[in-house]
Amino acid sequence: MFVSYKWLQDYVDLTGVSAAELAEKITKSGIEVEGVEVLNEGVKGVVVGHVLEREKHPNADKLNKCLVDIGAEEPVQIICGAPNVDKGQKVAVATVGAKLPGNFKIKRAKLRGEESNGMICSLQELGIEGKIVPKEYAEGIFVFPADAVVGTDAIALLNRDDEILELGLTPNRADCLSMLGVAYEVAAILGREVKLPETNLEPAAEKASDYVKIVVEAPEDNPLYSAKMIKNVKIGPSPLWMQARLMSAGIRPHNNVVDITNYILLEYGQPLHAFDYDRLGSKEILVRRAHDGEKFTTLDDVERTLTSDHLVITNGTVPVALAGVMGGANSEVTSDTKTVLLESALFNGITVRKASKDHGLRSEASARFEKGVDPNRIRPAGDRAAYLMAKYAGGEVLEGAAEVDTLTVEPVVVSITLEKINRVLGTNLVMSQVKEIFERLQFVASVEGDTITVTAPTRRSDIKIEEDLIEEVARLYGYDNIPKTLPVGSAALGKLTAYQKKRRVVRGYLEGAGLYQAVTYSLTSKEKAAQYALEKREAIRLAMPMSEDHSVLRLSLLPQLLEVVKYNSARQNENLAVYETGNIFLANGTDVLPEEREHLAAAMTGLWTNHSWQGEKKPVDFFVLKGILEGLFAKLGLTDKVGYVQAHVEGMHPGRTADILLNGSKIGFVGQVHPGVQKELDLKDTYVFELSLQAVLKEKTDDLQYEAIPRFPSITRDIALVANKETVSGTMKNIILEAGAPLLKEAHVFDLYEGDKMEEGKKSIAFSLKYAHPKRTLTDEEVTKVHEKVLAALKEKTGAVLRG
Amino acid sequence: MQERLKELQAEAVQKVEQSASLKELNDIRVAYLGKKGPITEVLRGMGKLSAEERPVMGALANEVREAITAKIEAKQAELEEAAVQAKLASETIDVTLPGRPVKVGNHHPLTKIIEEIEDLFIGMGYEVAEGPEVEQDYYNFEALNLPKGHPARDMQDSFYITEEILLRTHTSPVQARTMEQHQGKGPIKIICPGKVYRRDNDDATHSHQFMQIEGLVVGEDIRMSDLKGTLEVFAKKLFGEDREIRLRPSFFPFTEPSVEMDISCKMCGGHGCSVCKHTGWIEILGAGMVHPNVLEMAGYDSKKYTGFAFGMGPERIAMLKYGIDDIRHFYTNDVRFLKQFAVEE
Repeated sequence: MFVSYKWLQDYVDLTGVSAAELAEKITKSGIEVEGVEVLNEGVKGVVVGHVLEREKHPNADKLNKCLVDIGAEEPVQIICGAPNVDKGQKVAVATVGAKLPGNFKIKRAKLRGEESNGMICSLQELGIEGKIVPKEYAEGIFVFPADAVVGTDAIALLNRDDEILELGLTPNRADCLSMLGVAYEVAAILGREVKLPETNLEPAAEKASDYVKIVVEAPEDNPLYSAKMIKNVKIGPSPLWMQARLMSAGIRPHNNVVDITNYILLEYGQPLHAFDYDRLGSKEILVRRAHDGEKFTTLDDVERTLTSDHLVITNGTVPVALAGVMGGANSEVTSDTKTVLLESALFNGITVRKASKDHGLRSEASARFEKGVDPNRIRPAGDRAAYLMAKYAGGEVLEGAAEVDTLTVEPVVVSITLEKINRVLGTNLVMSQVKEIFERLQFVASVEGDTITVTAPTRRSDIKIEEDLIEEVARLYGYDNIPKTLPVGSAALGKLTAYQKKRRVVRGYLEGAGLYQAVTYSLTSKEKAAQYALEKREAIRLAMPMSEDHSVLRLSLLPQLLEVVKYNSARQNENLAVYETGNIFLANGTDVLPEEREHLAAAMTGLWTNHSWQGEKKPVDFFVLKGILEGLFAKLGLTDKVGYVQAHVEGMHPGRTADILLNGSKIGFVGQVHPGVQKELDLKDTYVFELSLQAVLKEKTDDLQYEAIPRFPSITRDIALVANKETVSGTMKNIILEAGAPLLKEAHVFDLYEGDKMEEGKKSIAFSLKYAHPKRTLTDEEVTKVHEKVLAALKEKTGAVLRG
Repeated sequence: MQERLKELQAEAVQKVEQSASLKELNDIRVAYLGKKGPITEVLRGMGKLSAEERPVMGALANEVREAITAKIEAKQAELEEAAVQAKLASETIDVTLPGRPVKVGNHHPLTKIIEEIEDLFIGMGYEVAEGPEVEQDYYNFEALNLPKGHPARDMQDSFYITEEILLRTHTSPVQARTMEQHQGKGPIKIICPGKVYRRDNDDATHSHQFMQIEGLVVGEDIRMSDLKGTLEVFAKKLFGEDREIRLRPSFFPFTEPSVEMDISCKMCGGHGCSVCKHTGWIEILGAGMVHPNVLEMAGYDSKKYTGFAFGMGPERIAMLKYGIDDIRHFYTNDVRFLKQFAVEE
């Protein structure tokens, strides 16, 4: 809502309160003033001039030579290029020395040999947006009414010396969608009176109800319809001050009748509609739901197809307006209109919202119905508009109004105790302070003991319950004045859950291992959603996506993480290590919440170690990622529960990918991105893993228990074996550990050779074995006995033998 | 004979002094003190001496032998020390060369902000509650006093999946769920961080996905002044002790009264500048007293219980705190952006 500081003074005395000060006060007490616009930024020296003579410029077809009286001793010659300039007009003249927007200075000039002492201005040249300039002046200069006084300040006449407060209104404060509503608010803040606008008319002989009959078939959509009749109107421009106020509010002036309806919309917050009575073609207004498929051309000349969701105003047979949204071309006020039927009505906000949404017609009017208008301001708004039409369109207003009224307006009465107000706010207010606040708001309030009973005015439909009263007290008492305390009560201990704690451990560990945390979008494309999914399910699709790129919920994190790698690689960040934790979404059926599973994914590419001056460079490989995973599982106490098996995962390198198993079940995979995919994404060798973090973090870990440090030395024996190439080390290790138990404590691979010095299909693999006994030093014979057993088991189960 | 020994001693001492290596020294040792050395030879000739002379000469020979030995040992120590020094000198490195890099990543700036806020509230006795990102319309709107057709639903156009299921538009449904789980009994003190989604075109200040942290305190005597005090503690801890807060009335369907909290602008110290749009204040979060309808719907008796709630956007906080100018940076994950948040303040 744009509020003119000058206009507001019609209703509230603002003496001693500047626009900026007012903005600050309004903001502090509840409505955010998002800005104060000074309309006239530096324009000066523009006066009303009278065009005394106009003739064609002798040397230029498109220019006019004008003699203009600007209130100086002598008229001045001005060259003007506007097509509509003419003798006898009152115009805005930027005199020599004047300043226009953009710090444009007017100087004496010669145009094609003719002297020009100033410039005749269009409204755009004075800083008014083209789209709100009246149509007839949009392509040329603006013409003032004939009574404008030559030599007076044109800026003031156009209200450009005003300041506009831009209110950011929350949905509950629809009452401030009108100048009067703002006036009540400002009056409460300043503790001043509200002056209401003039509406009094001379009684007329004829009655409005003799001219039209109102029938409402859908009273729940239209509880009140009131029509006033104004005869013998003369369509013409509205008074300059009204046009200026409309333009300041961002509304384009049209003609007196239409401007008055718009003016009342701003002043009262009540949308009105003026019909050309003679074009209605009947003496009836029938309000009903539209028929499905019914056609109707709105006054923007668009033919619309209606449904029974839409409420229409008809002449008894065909629609003449889409209720609360837009009038029809068939009954629009034109320059020939003589008799006006003025509608002031209450339409159901939800019905209006549906129609304005369906037809893409959000207007100032529909917005007000949607948010709710004051039911007690419907008739006064009509009266005020009729009064203005009598005054500024020469109309005769007929007596009364033709109406259908099924509206019951029950004032809202709320009682609250002082104790409750103070208990909720933490204040120590006394009753007189509370009562004074409601009086400033012009709420009727009565006190009985500790209880105050408040009747909220109908304009404040947001006041319904005790808490609403508390809010009124709080905001007018001032939040600055409320004390600062901390909640009292049990000193509960705040802490993270085990899951949350472990999630932080995972992040900290991965970052310590050199990975940066990324956060990507949950919404992705259908194609990407399916890639690398651990569980193949149909991705959940939005009903109305904004783009295909963000149309479904992800089933895996890797596709977006690979995008991150791609983005960075293209920007010279070739050595990259990133991870992400986030949810994936598994559908459970329509109208059932999906399963959300937290995943962890990582992607690494480029060099792992790079110590430039030592010439050390090691690219990332499978075992770097596996090492990171092993460290992670060790950190979480899951080493013994995790395993890796060679696996085929779509989009992954078939020879360099392993499934990650937890207690034997697959929870994820690790490996190299398939070279084909790498090429497609323009990536160098990229290694990734993705796993269900949820499965990992929910896995119970054993309680920490101290184990005695071995007091007796261990014995290490290394073995170099010749094994079949396809016998994986993991299998061999398991055999070794099993056969060597319980004296064998550890076994690890320390060498691997698969070169051409080996027999075809064989490899050399060396293990280091560590034997120990917790209670004594082992003897050589003891170890040898077990060691032999290990070798025998290896030979038996894999054919591996000691290398000769 | 006596002279010969003295001569040998002088000769040996001189050679020892002149020796430049341990090998040379050893050669000298062998040459003079060895079994075939001149001193041994001299001693062999002792048989020709008289019984009186013999012990005297023997003692002298031993003296000479010891003197040479001592000299050799001293020289040996000297040479060894020199060798150690030479070795150390040859091992000198350029200590200004860079160290072997230890790769360390760091939190995403949003996680950094969220964990900081979590820890702050955990310190005040809050627990961290989480909930689904795909929500029922009921928890996202209805349980929060936003019935179907409510005009305030326009404020946050949503991504619906079906008429009843949508991507949550705020983390408030976690509050509704938590209250429901408490079955109308006992106090609640939680903060709820998480991802939320709204139908916005991504640009410098809008993102269709963003983070939110909300807080909820419910109890038998929770006051607006408690909210104000809590928010002040939070703002001063997060933004600095010198920052002031102010509350402005506002509107949210799930709180009544509702407020917005501003903090004094760090850039200008509250005098007004372009960062704070010349107001001296920067909007940080929305808050309010839990609407009685919200309490009642979750099973709490609003006559007995009151509560406060607040909600804020980690993106906005990070942007203000670190001077980030474009919200899209958070989701582009340019590593040159990410690595700037490694420092623990």
